[in-house]
Amino acid sequence: MFLTAEEILQTISMVSVENFDVRTTTLGISLRDCRGVDADATAKKIYDKICFRAEKLISCANIIEAKYGLPIVNKRASVTPIAVIGDGFDKDGMIKLAIAMDKAAETVGINYIGGFSALVQKGATVGDLALIEAIPEALNITQRVCSSVNVASTKAGINLDMIYKMAKQIKKTAELTADRGSIGCAKLVVFANAVEDNPFIAGAFHGISEPEVVLNVGISGPGVVRHVLEKNGKGLNIGDLAELIKKTAFKITRMGQLVGQEVSELMGVPFGIVDISLAPTPAIGDSVANILELMGLEMCGTDGTTFALAILNDAVKKGGVMATQRVGGLSGAFIPVSEDEGMIKAVECGALSLERLQCMTCVCSVGLDMIAIPGDTSVETIAGIIADEMAIGVINTKTTAARLIPVIGKGVGEKVCYGGLLGDAPIMAVGKYSCAEIIKRGGRVPAPINSLKN
Amino acid sequence: MKKEKIVITVLGVNKSGVVANVTSVLAKYNCSIQDMNQTIIDDLFAMILIVDITDLNMDFAAFKEKIEGKGEEIGVKIFIQHENVFRMMHRI
Repeated sequence: MFLTAEEILQTISMVSVENFDVRTTTLGISLRDCRGVDADATAKKIYDKICFRAEKLISCANIIEAKYGLPIVNKRASVTPIAVIGDGFDKDGMIKLAIAMDKAAETVGINYIGGFSALVQKGATVGDLALIEAIPEALNITQRVCSSVNVASTKAGINLDMIYKMAKQIKKTAELTADRGSIGCAKLVVFANAVEDNPFIAGAFHGISEPEVVLNVGISGPGVVRHVLEKNGKGLNIGDLAELIKKTAFKITRMGQLVGQEVSELMGVPFGIVDISLAPTPAIGDSVANILELMGLEMCGTDGTTFALAILNDAVKKGGVMATQRVGGLSGAFIPVSEDEGMIKAVECGALSLERLQCMTCVCSVGLDMIAIPGDTSVETIAGIIADEMAIGVINTKTTAARLIPVIGKGVGEKVCYGGLLGDAPIMAVGKYSCAEIIKRGGRVPAPINSLKN
Repeated sequence: MKKEKIVITVLGVNKSGVVANVTSVLAKYNCSIQDMNQTIIDDLFAMILIVDITDLNMDFAAFKEKIEGKGEEIGVKIFIQHENVFRMMHRI
């Protein structure tokens, strides 16, 4: 036998017991040829193109799923930032384009589509402003459309005007979708250093330098890493522990590479990248927080958490890089609160605070993700939280994001339940004192210096 | 033509007729067994078959259903995966 029984059984146990899956195959579709004479004509072209390009996504992914016995949890699509395609249209025109995206996603059977986006780190065009203006309503009336706005980059600095604007739009989105736990905000991300090939919703969009169409893959695997640490991690020194995680990450990523390769071949589209992020789900045991706890923390969020996360994130990257031809996307450990059962527990028992989460994002992607805050949080405070996160990304030359949900009508100690992959979010406390004055200054922060690194 | 090989893993409590039941389905659909390994792990019966399905006389998804159905019928769990999964994961 070319393989040992032990190896085969290990793989089987990863799939059947340890929640191992491929998290997402995301088809990036360029819409640059979809401009029509007006918003209606453009919307029609967008609908047709998404349907045409993504038609086979589900069926091809299902075939590969069966062939390898590996679940592919999500099949999704991302498109060229809509602000680029719809530049010159007004708010209503932008909403028409969002509806076209939503309908196309429904037709091809995908649950989310990313790309209702604008890149405004240096400044906004008329189209960028119209798109941002349209976000709350677009997210309210569509089911599947996800929106992201890049407001900062290491090269361009931080656009404080846009942060303030986005904070207002987040609040508005929360209010419009208040009857559904402010769920609109779960589909809205504010970025620093956004990447063009991110396969993960809600922040996915198909960058300007990407090809006509491309398939990107996101791996999962917190469950597998947790299981390995549980079984073999006891008593190891920290270096050996990192080595163990690295080897496991190699195996997980290898499957992402295989699935991406095969699905793209079957669809006849180029294979882009594998995003080697450990992405948790609300399933018991599929939690990044649990891994950190197994590394030796009583509760995730206590002292030493950033240290443990840094080791985990680095080891995952090292294993993943070796396993795949091209790594891209966000590629870091995800720490979304509502989607990670261990994080939820840590918040509920008071071990994990917003400040600690912020600190954790310094050593891993992807920022403050799925954080529910009190519904009466002021726009300026939301802007302040975003600005902090953007500063971390810009100064450290990495991607950071903020997906904040001011849950209207709820306060600290309460919880909002979304179900499915979005999970349940306990409302977290925000700072007590105002940051309104600095936010209201407005303007742009110059790009940071890239030497004298201390 | 390139050979298509799958790995069939049968897990369950040890009882008579498991091997006969599974291999008879394989024969029916024109599969050729390349290798076979049987072991007991933690009181669990584990049989691993490397099967050439190049000449399979039906759709793969339907074949998979048949085999998994047979497993349910005789009270064992059967996993079917293309060999590439294992090659990719365990060999560089």
